[in-house]
Amino acid sequence: MSIPRHWRLQNQRYSMVGEVCNACGAKLFPPRDVCPECSKPAYEPYRFSGNGKVYSYSTVYQAPSGYEAFVPYTVALVKLDEGPLVSAQLTDVDGEEVEIGMPVEMVTRKLREEGEDGLIVYGYKFRRLLREEAA
Amino acid sequence: MRDVSIIGIGQTEVAEHWDRSLRHLAGDAVLAAMQNAGVETADALYVGNMLSGLLTGQEHLGALIADFVGLRGIEAVKVEAACGSGAAALRLGYAAVAGGLHDVVIVAGVEKMTDTVNAETTTGLVMAADADYESIHGLTFVSINALLMRRYMHEYGVGHADFAPFSVNAHRNAVGNPYAMFRRPITVEQFGRARMISDPINLLDSSGIGDGAAAVVLVPASMAKEYTNGRAVRILASSMATDAVAVHDRPDPLWLSAVEASAFKAYQQAGVGPRDIDLFELHDAFTIMSALSLEASGFAERGRGVWLAEAGEITREGRIPICTMGGLKARGHPVGATGIYQIVEVVQQLRGKAGVNQIGNARLGMAQNIGGSGATVITHILEAEA
Ligand SMILES: [Zn+2]
Repeated sequence: MSIPRHWRLQNQRYSMVGEVCNACGAKLFPPRDVCPECSKPAYEPYRFSGNGKVYSYSTVYQAPSGYEAFVPYTVALVKLDEGPLVSAQLTDVDGEEVEIGMPVEMVTRKLREEGEDGLIVYGYKFRRLLREEAA
Repeated sequence: MRDVSIIGIGQTEVAEHWDRSLRHLAGDAVLAAMQNAGVETADALYVGNMLSGLLTGQEHLGALIADFVGLRGIEAVKVEAACGSGAAALRLGYAAVAGGLHDVVIVAGVEKMTDTVNAETTTGLVMAADADYESIHGLTFVSINALLMRRYMHEYGVGHADFAPFSVNAHRNAVGNPYAMFRRPITVEQFGRARMISDPINLLDSSGIGDGAAAVVLVPASMAKEYTNGRAVRILASSMATDAVAVHDRPDPLWLSAVEASAFKAYQQAGVGPRDIDLFELHDAFTIMSALSLEASGFAERGRGVWLAEAGEITREGRIPICTMGGLKARGHPVGATGIYQIVEVVQQLRGKAGVNQIGNARLGMAQNIGGSGATVITHILEAEA
């Protein structure tokens, strides 16, 4: 875990900046520079709303190094309103009350405990949508 | 292209080998395979391994193991494709013999997993996933499979207990395999009560992590007759396909498109279809992977994999026996070695040497090894030689 490795992802971790394909309009997160839909270049930055719905979820009881203190924690695949799926933790929620289809919104939280390098990594997690927009 | 045959097999028991190092385990399997084949030397050695660097501080396994087994000087290299490393190495060995580069090739798989504590092993296994967009968020390899299983249960209206037949079958078959890690049967009740790891996946949904090594010896089919120690088995098909590493990058997470591509390319090469396959060593790292693999390989309709198991069709007496020697679940899953264990077991079946686990009249066997949660898939179809 080196500092540059996390620094260069700050636009993704803090602001959920992906890309949009100018050829076919597909919205991409994470950014990947080549559109998987049409194989054309896709360099145009696109900032996602951070809103979506739970596609699937799981509560983790056996964690890797750096995550033991969070156990049990709930991870999810979130279907963003703009299309892509994203992997992230759910926060401010009891694993028992999560269900598939639940509306969620992005927030910034601590992703892992301080490592041997003294680095704390922050980034997106999702919580239950506080205000249901009329739609 | 030349036809390729397997003339020798070797394996160690999958276990916690606290007294055997990585090189000793690999050496045991390679020397057993050479003896079984009746060869004293080889032109090349390909070693499938995933985690030796992280878990034992040792890379550079090609040269290390070649030297250790008395083959110093030959071409040798490690091949890595996460849990699919073993079969990926076999695919390279197959290509080298088929393409005429080498005549006698040894392919080994080895993994040493029990020298480290749980959290480190968990950290190692998730290296098969996307480090920047899955692992950093605390996803474990188990939880990635749990996300697929939860969604499967939701979309197809099945319960956790419906996956029990996969584990019950694997444990039943491991009883008769002296190389298996868990040689005891389990009940449906035990399956339901097992300790939760990442819900809905519990301990008995999950393959057993252990140390192990397995090896095979390949030669051109035209040379196989020169070696008389064991009945040769022909490699009818060898194919590899890939998908996005991260589950979130796949448009349809419940359809393993690389499994489909790899299996159907293999059927085409062999000139056969799913109905011709007599046994299928699939990659049951978790019960959900068995269901998804059966579906994408053409043995069950989408969403019907669990019902194939429920109907008893995956047992030794069923339409398509799977995990005939215990599978990843109960033989054990020494990750980089698993793909070669699967091949060794198919060869045992096709030679008629599977003991009490023998599938009657087995002529065509398929082995499918998966890296990660479906990103690298290697399928081989083997045929008993007359
Ligand atoms: Zn596009």
